[in-house]
Amino acid sequence: MEIDLNKLDIKTVNKDLREGKYKVLDLARAYLKQIAEVDKDIHAYLEVYSDVENSARAIDERIASGDITPLTGIPFTIKDNILNKGKIASAGSKMLENYHAVYDATVIKKLKEAGALFLGRLNMDEFAMGGSTENSAFGPTKNPHDISRVAGGSSGGSAAAVAMNGALITLGSDTGGSIRQPASYCGVVGLKPTYGAVSRYGLMAMGSSLDQIGPIAKSVTDVEIVFNIIKGKDTNDATTIDENTYTVKNIEGKPIIGIPWKFLEGPGIKLEVLDNFKESVKRFETLGYKVKDISLPNINYSLPVYYVVMPAEVSSNMARFDGVKYGLLKEGKNLLEDYLKTKAEGFGPEVRRRIILGTYVLSAGYYDAYYNKAIALRKLITEDFTNAFKDVDIILTPTAPSPAFKIGEKVTDPLQLYLEDIFTVTANLTGMPAISIPSGFVEIDSTERNNEIKIEKISLPLGIQMTARHGEEKLLFDTGKIFLNEI
Amino acid sequence: MIAKKDIEKLAELARIGLNESEKDKLEKDVNSILDYVGQINTAKVDMSAVSRVGSVKNVMREDVVLNETGENKEVLLNEAPKRECDYVSVKKILGSADNEA
Repeated sequence: MEIDLNKLDIKTVNKDLREGKYKVLDLARAYLKQIAEVDKDIHAYLEVYSDVENSARAIDERIASGDITPLTGIPFTIKDNILNKGKIASAGSKMLENYHAVYDATVIKKLKEAGALFLGRLNMDEFAMGGSTENSAFGPTKNPHDISRVAGGSSGGSAAAVAMNGALITLGSDTGGSIRQPASYCGVVGLKPTYGAVSRYGLMAMGSSLDQIGPIAKSVTDVEIVFNIIKGKDTNDATTIDENTYTVKNIEGKPIIGIPWKFLEGPGIKLEVLDNFKESVKRFETLGYKVKDISLPNINYSLPVYYVVMPAEVSSNMARFDGVKYGLLKEGKNLLEDYLKTKAEGFGPEVRRRIILGTYVLSAGYYDAYYNKAIALRKLITEDFTNAFKDVDIILTPTAPSPAFKIGEKVTDPLQLYLEDIFTVTANLTGMPAISIPSGFVEIDSTERNNEIKIEKISLPLGIQMTARHGEEKLLFDTGKIFLNEI
Repeated sequence: MIAKKDIEKLAELARIGLNESEKDKLEKDVNSILDYVGQINTAKVDMSAVSRVGSVKNVMREDVVLNETGENKEVLLNEAPKRECDYVSVKKILGSADNEA
């Protein structure tokens, strides 16, 4: 039977499975067929698991025995840096090209218990370092809306897979915007939870004080359902929180939206993004929300602070890849040469760049000027947000300063790519939850396709980002659902 | 400003082998990035007033082994690039001038 993948969401699939409209095996085959058709142009998948049909049959048996939960049979795919026991997890890197995960990440364990179906693993910038998935050691992921453009990054595969109907839900990871920015570029919903809300056990660490795993889906409703299953305190991750860690504010009436207008006037923010953003603000006002201008005095420092703190943590986290316990080994004459060659060949240019930068800012003589200064500023930036949240309940900005750019456009100058993170890094620095929701499209004249000069109008997705106080994901979900008319 | 010899020293510390053109590119890139992030030097922050402890607190658990002895041994050793019986095999660490960093 024909299953229309465009009409699916978690609740619909759950209902269809309960009513016996189709089996999980049928659903799996529908997705496998779709992936086979479209992924050759998009390259969201690094691997489609060979045992998908067997896993689907096993879940069908569970359902037949009466065991069905909201996520049972739901097709999930995961970013390549999340461990699924026995499966390859390469983090988009030659360093781990043949590494098999030796345990399940906590999020995977929870999803398996709920009966989710795993389809495979998704492409990403190597070790989550990048904003376009061009840094993958295995080739970039294209944007399903225009395959000459990037899907965003580092969870490019995760966002593209959902947009191309290659999975119903995907998991990504976000250290400086790596879920939200690709979600914005691909026209889907992506959540970075409050730091600690979702366990990082089984997520390959990039920036340990910044990382979070989060869901990507077509609707806020689906993102919310998945978040509520994967969140929770975990004895294997001491940085996890529970519902009592933060006090959720009781809001009387409609939440107030704050916008740091001054920050949006900066250079590098495309006019079409600003226009679309202003339309989104008007929509919120039409929906009855009050909108206020807010001041975030230190926000201009957030990107430089991020690009000191994050490389510092990266340089520490990448040290484990030395060819000894796992991963690639390239041998030299002695142990030192083993390290030098292994890291030279296992790590791509961006990873090496960030390790060198991190090593520098943490080295004696520079530690105070860079790292210590950055962490002090990080605290000030967090205080700016906390202060703003005394007057407003949601802080709204565009997710990214531009729509998806062309593949190759920004590879020569790393700084150009870093500037794409300008709106997203603050949520990682402060630990606050942030969601990107689709806010419309921009029409672009694409002037070159396949070496022909051809004027073509294409629609590229845009996204807006809402940030809330620590622990207030529900506010993000409620507001997002209203904006997207999901209620 | 960072010089090529600084890049070499950093690469040595990070144990990453680099060829000449990679060193040149890194020198250029790292300088450009440091130039950008160096903005934080202009920020006036009273360092003593900013508490470094912040809201981070230690989380304790019992120091007990939860898995069966040897439960994960095979699966872990299988991932090691070089294995000898039940050991991960590495080249010698001590005793030779070749290994001096």
